[in-house]
Amino acid sequence: MMSDASRQTATIRPEEAAHFGRLAGDWWDPKGSSAMLHRLNPVRLGFIRAAIDRHWATGSVARPLAGKRALDVGCGAGLLAEPLARLGADVTGVDAAAENVAAALAHAAAMGLAITYHAGELAELGLGHFDLVTCLEVIEHVADKAAFVRLLASHLAPGGMMILSTPNRTTRSRLLMVEGAELLGLIPRGTHQWDDFITPDELSAILASEGFTVTARSGIAFTPGRGLHLSDDLALNYILSAERR
Amino acid sequence: MNGQSEQAVDGDRRDLVILGGGLVGMTLALAAARHGLSSHVVDRANPSDLTAEGFDGRASAISTASWNLFTNIGLADALESHGCPIAEIAVSDQLKPGEIRFRPGPEEGSLGRMFANRQLRLALFKAAAAEPLIAWHPRAEVIHRERGPHGVAVTLAGGTQLRGSLLVAAEGRASPTRDEAGIGLAKWDYHHRAIIAGLVHERAHDNVAWEIFWPEGPFALLPMLDDAAGRHCSALVWTVSEQDAAGVLKLSDAAFLGEARARMGPLFGEILSVGPRSSYPLGFQHTARIVEDRLALVGDAAHGIHPIAGQGLNLGLRDVGALVEVLAEGARLGLEPGDAQLLARYQRWRGLDSFSVALATDGLTRLFGIPGRTASAVRRLGMGGVERLGPLKTWFMDEARGVSGEVPALMRG
Repeated sequence: MMSDASRQTATIRPEEAAHFGRLAGDWWDPKGSSAMLHRLNPVRLGFIRAAIDRHWATGSVARPLAGKRALDVGCGAGLLAEPLARLGADVTGVDAAAENVAAALAHAAAMGLAITYHAGELAELGLGHFDLVTCLEVIEHVADKAAFVRLLASHLAPGGMMILSTPNRTTRSRLLMVEGAELLGLIPRGTHQWDDFITPDELSAILASEGFTVTARSGIAFTPGRGLHLSDDLALNYILSAERR
Repeated sequence: MNGQSEQAVDGDRRDLVILGGGLVGMTLALAAARHGLSSHVVDRANPSDLTAEGFDGRASAISTASWNLFTNIGLADALESHGCPIAEIAVSDQLKPGEIRFRPGPEEGSLGRMFANRQLRLALFKAAAAEPLIAWHPRAEVIHRERGPHGVAVTLAGGTQLRGSLLVAAEGRASPTRDEAGIGLAKWDYHHRAIIAGLVHERAHDNVAWEIFWPEGPFALLPMLDDAAGRHCSALVWTVSEQDAAGVLKLSDAAFLGEARARMGPLFGEILSVGPRSSYPLGFQHTARIVEDRLALVGDAAHGIHPIAGQGLNLGLRDVGALVEVLAEGARLGLEPGDAQLLARYQRWRGLDSFSVALATDGLTRLFGIPGRTASAVRRLGMGGVERLGPLKTWFMDEARGVSGEVPALMRG
């Protein structure tokens, strides 16, 4: 697929891209195989909206991203790209799986949203710079995480903000996400390789070495009473915002 | 597989398509508009019929929470002078001594206020007509409803198609949208009807709402403002069995007043006249679910309750407050109104709450609806029990004012 080995390690593994591609048609069904992502969406959007409001002082604005360019890397079928477009952003979504991008294009058109989607490798697309770069639940699928963060950073415009989320590498995340949720069918089998997960400290260190500072960090926790919610407990999954120092 | 999705030119696609533009539906449209959400509102009726003098003589108890909602959507100024505050609720067993009185402390404010439904409609319709985010389609018949993965569409007789993100059924108890969606309904017919009429009486009501329980059913007198001639007025809600209802409705004014006198005793002195009478069947109903894909039920379409505690409209307005809060919070996050996660939150919030009020009101009616001397003694004991049970009474008063449970932000003072 790709000849340049160093570039390949900075991107999603081909066999993992194929796994998500198979799920594409089902992406937008809130009761389908992406049900957990749908439930996660308002929670992570809550973090993202707060980060946007802090970064650009847009507290009571209906379209806080108006006039801004946003890039969503690993966009799937557009679960995050569409809300960002409704918040006013000129959104570009990138996904390695062509099936995902096909599903994303069809859905955005049906919803009357103008969003640019690309299938392929971010490094090869030459998309330019963006005020907001989001990359949620992707870096755990990437082998060379430092190279990947560098690639994301190279797309960030001056004064921009980056948002990343990923599962933590803890015993609890292994039990719950890989052994538990996948076995129970809550998350499709084969979604996660626990050994590739990255801890918040490891990710912060990579970001720091690339000249970034983490401006906010929150856990995404689950309890039977409250469902998924933002929490100080980072053990399962976490989301963070970062900007250049 | 690269490309840009087409920006659809979609002028009349709105956030909400609200079926039913009555008190609940129109309040929803206005509250949604205050949060920047656009709507189509479809109703069969002609608004000028609904606001004609003496259209149905119906009145509503507006709880403090519901009043806060009206205030927050900018209707307080238009409505303020038309409301009659309820200072006290008196509950009597057949006018025997020892009625229960619910009166809030001075710092707790009013239990609510009584409005002629006509005045509520006038204020709502005027505000809706002036609101650009509301496209109002009165005198319109819905002939087709469609809920798809990307939006909803409603076709009117005459062929107009209205599109939106979320369909809202606010059509009242017999909601055809709910039935078409196959949402199951727990239903309990009391085989009774409520007869509604305005009374003019000799003595002032002192802002007391009376609920007098007779073995054949409750008889409620709700305080209204004095009329234009300065005469004292109350709204009567008289419950009679289904087989007696037709006869009661046919009574001459003089005979009707005689019947009313027999059930009111000397409470308000002489009863001078009665306005137009209307009636509706009493029952308890509650849906298993209040949402489906791109559909939300509000008001009586989701839950109809026996009106003895005057909670029907207040419950519907709480649905409005909760739904608008959920949708507005969703919009802040970039989620569209038909988003399944938002509807799930509305279901969690309002599904149980309205059911518990329906059950409590139903229990109250069954306590008072049993005929016979023994039952009467049990009822009196029961009422003493209610008087003694501090928490229960507090709950009843809070519920009557609509301030218990998780209150939507729109309904806080």
